[in-house]
Amino acid sequence: MFFAFVRKEGKHVLRDRRSLLILLGLPVVMMTLFGFALSNEVKNSNFIVVDRVPDAESIALTARLDESRYFTFVGKVRDEAEIQSYFRRGAARLALVFPAGFDHEMRHLGHSQLRLIADDSDPNTANTVSSYASVIIAQYQAELASGPPGSGGISVEARMLYNPQLKSSYMFVPGVMTLIIMLLGAMMTSVSIVREKERGTMEVLLVSPMNPLMVITGKAVPYMLLCLVDVLIILLLSYGVLDMPGGANIPLLIAESTLFILTTLALGLVISNAVQQQQTAMFVSLVGLLMPSLVFSGFMFPIENMPLPLQVISHVVPTRWFYQIASSIMIKHLGFAAVIKPTLVLVGMTLALLMVSWRTFKQRL
Amino acid sequence: MSEWVIEAEQLTRRFGDFTAVDNISLQVAPGEIFGFLGANGAGKTTAMRIFCGLLEPTSGRARVAGFDAMSEAEKIKQQIGYMSQKFSLYGKLTVKENIRFFAGIYGLSRRELKEKSAEIVDRLGLASSADKQVDELPLGWKQRISFAVATVHKPKVVFLDEPTGGVDPIVRRQFWDMIYESAASGMTVFVTTHYMDEAEYCDRISIMVDGAIAVMGKPAELCAQHGVATIEDVFVSLARKATRQGD
Amino acid sequence: MSATAQSDSAVRVEGLCKSYVKDGSPALSDLSFEVGKGELFGLIGPDGAGKTTLIRILTTLLLADRGTASVQGLDVVKDFRSIRRLVGYMPGRFSLYQDLSVAENLAFFATVFGTTVEANYHLVADIYQQLEPFRDRLAGKLSGGMKQKLALCCALIHAPSVLFLDEPTTGVDPVSRKDFWGMLGRLRDSGITILVSTPYMDEAARCDRIALLQHGKIIAMDSLAAMLASHATETFAVRGERPFAILQDLRAYPGTRYCFAFGQEHHLVLHHDAGGPAAASAYLRERGHGEVGIRRIEPNIEDVFIGLMHEQSKELRGQAASELGHE
Repeated sequence: MFFAFVRKEGKHVLRDRRSLLILLGLPVVMMTLFGFALSNEVKNSNFIVVDRVPDAESIALTARLDESRYFTFVGKVRDEAEIQSYFRRGAARLALVFPAGFDHEMRHLGHSQLRLIADDSDPNTANTVSSYASVIIAQYQAELASGPPGSGGISVEARMLYNPQLKSSYMFVPGVMTLIIMLLGAMMTSVSIVREKERGTMEVLLVSPMNPLMVITGKAVPYMLLCLVDVLIILLLSYGVLDMPGGANIPLLIAESTLFILTTLALGLVISNAVQQQQTAMFVSLVGLLMPSLVFSGFMFPIENMPLPLQVISHVVPTRWFYQIASSIMIKHLGFAAVIKPTLVLVGMTLALLMVSWRTFKQRL
Repeated sequence: MSEWVIEAEQLTRRFGDFTAVDNISLQVAPGEIFGFLGANGAGKTTAMRIFCGLLEPTSGRARVAGFDAMSEAEKIKQQIGYMSQKFSLYGKLTVKENIRFFAGIYGLSRRELKEKSAEIVDRLGLASSADKQVDELPLGWKQRISFAVATVHKPKVVFLDEPTGGVDPIVRRQFWDMIYESAASGMTVFVTTHYMDEAEYCDRISIMVDGAIAVMGKPAELCAQHGVATIEDVFVSLARKATRQGD
Repeated sequence: MSATAQSDSAVRVEGLCKSYVKDGSPALSDLSFEVGKGELFGLIGPDGAGKTTLIRILTTLLLADRGTASVQGLDVVKDFRSIRRLVGYMPGRFSLYQDLSVAENLAFFATVFGTTVEANYHLVADIYQQLEPFRDRLAGKLSGGMKQKLALCCALIHAPSVLFLDEPTTGVDPVSRKDFWGMLGRLRDSGITILVSTPYMDEAARCDRIALLQHGKIIAMDSLAAMLASHATETFAVRGERPFAILQDLRAYPGTRYCFAFGQEHHLVLHHDAGGPAAASAYLRERGHGEVGIRRIEPNIEDVFIGLMHEQSKELRGQAASELGHE
């Protein structure tokens, strides 16, 4: 009997071609967007140089940056006031300020007062751009072999720790996966249950011996499968197209994804109990879930940089925990032991949400 | 220019291989109340959409208020009013706001708007409810306000798509009083209904079967021709012969 | 509760009240009635009369504010699970899966009620045969009449003992309506109790008994024949060349109590001291209407409703008068 529900729900999903296309196309589109357009990676950023007393070293380092695929040299300026005008026009993102005698200091002291000034009107990009430059400078310095690498007086950001090749196009995969599961799991289930309320079919199902919870769980199954299909699509794209380095524990990742899918389905059930119209369900899922998910997952904005109240809030956002799990497994290649805590948090959240949806389910209209 | 307000000549509309409207011809005179009957799926809605300039005919010609339904659809829209059971009014706006909004669409001046809305409120006896949100009013009132709104710009023709569903016999008749009044002032009324007694209030009716007009004429004459007492009997005997199902 | 009450009434409603918080006006006020087993009972009234609220309370979907109701002797609040097993319900909105085919819908609803289409096919065979040619068509693509037939099949497939139908014929053309009532009649003959609501007064003739509902109250309840017989108001049909003009003149005539259009004729009720139809006829001639036919007729259900509303509005001048508009 349960199977009849799953089959019916499967038909709904398969016959609604447009939604199906969205469901399966979404991961592809998001991967492409993040992979090529929206990635944190900054290619061909223009930079300028303040170099009052050019010497061999400063010229070589400028050339080195220019050669890299991340930076393009666009000009020399005389002072820092001029830097501002470049930044304001958006003509450059980064400025390198060489001290007089850079050559000498580098060779004999092993460090120097080289300053990086980034256009921080876009802090994220500024951060990335200066990190990249730091790494290139450190590499350059190491090659000089006149001092230990990384001692160029410019600290290399911790966020680059797991991305030593400066190749970040796959860094967003755990984040995209988190968002897609959240979106599909919560929104699709809530919308499809609320659709039954709106169309009046729920009324008929209520006036039947069947426990309507059966109907609802029957709904969850196809969406769960669909979410798993999306996870697979994402993995295929990451390893096939984005050259994500292998070594992650894939079965563990899929098991954790399944857990997170359950969390989002439970969340969808809670929403569907509370609202009466498809539009409301959609709105609540989008604004009420997607936005906090995006903000508090740590995917777009590092949580540790947030003010304390927001950091506290982030603890109740499920995406934060799954993002932690997914990036640990996919990027850091860690095992189950490393993700036990977030896993337990998700299990707890899922059970709590199921309890709430059980309690709030109405046996009447 | 012809004397007819609505004129259809061998009008046909196909959707793929399905002929929704099959070669219909009809003329409606100014001030006439024309009942456009047919079973669900007989093609009434499609024909009505063509007359309102919302849909192009596959072949044939339709003229409404002197304009060609195919090439001058935009001009037609200035000359007609339309009311259906489904779309009527904005529930969260007050009666007055609805009237002003719809009258505004038809480009009435500010002064005209004021006069009109006062006139409608007065005519419908709504003075005490004019500032109430439409949602709070009984269905029968909403229908009458919808009709007033659909005719606010004094159109030559008003199309009514099942205007009186779900209201009690008295309210239904009050609605028809409004129809009579408008027709008496020269407005043509083109109406679909499932109430067969309402069909008998019309000057002339047509009954569509399978996309074509099966009969057309004065209700009393049609009853006489078929040797029955009511239009319902005429309708049932015709619609029983229909071969197609579904829309 | 006595055993006899259980055995002869399928539905029993006592002092039922329900109001929605939103506007505070009662949807149902102090409603009481019984439906006998095997009866085809019609709830007739316009939108907003309280039909849907009543049916939802009886199908255990809503809770009443006050009063009690039982179906087959089972309390709608306490025993709601048992009731859900024995009733069939067809809500007012088309409530099937539009993206499933005719056959898939029927099979699904059979499963919901723990049965199969094969096991109970005999119950719906009569109706389903008409749908058979379209069994693979999506329910959303059926015509209005066909949708109603399919919904009825789905509500019947588990052999319910009481069937609740909320406005099954609204928006459906007269032919399909006639067919639909034919089916209901045959179902009643097979022993199923049917409670059906409708805004179409003419459908009263198809019911064993009817209740006329207005503003959440039953304004009359009886068999149609008895209701018509007890409506002692003399009613005349007036017919002439210019119907609208005649109607307006009749309403202006001092002897008229009320007058409404009925198809090609007007139904006229006169004051007792108005001098009867002869005087009315003379008045119309005076107004230049020439040949006007006036004859006494047997009132129909709409006459009864209008008469009752007229009586009521005399009692409550306030709101009802404004609804009646004309006097």
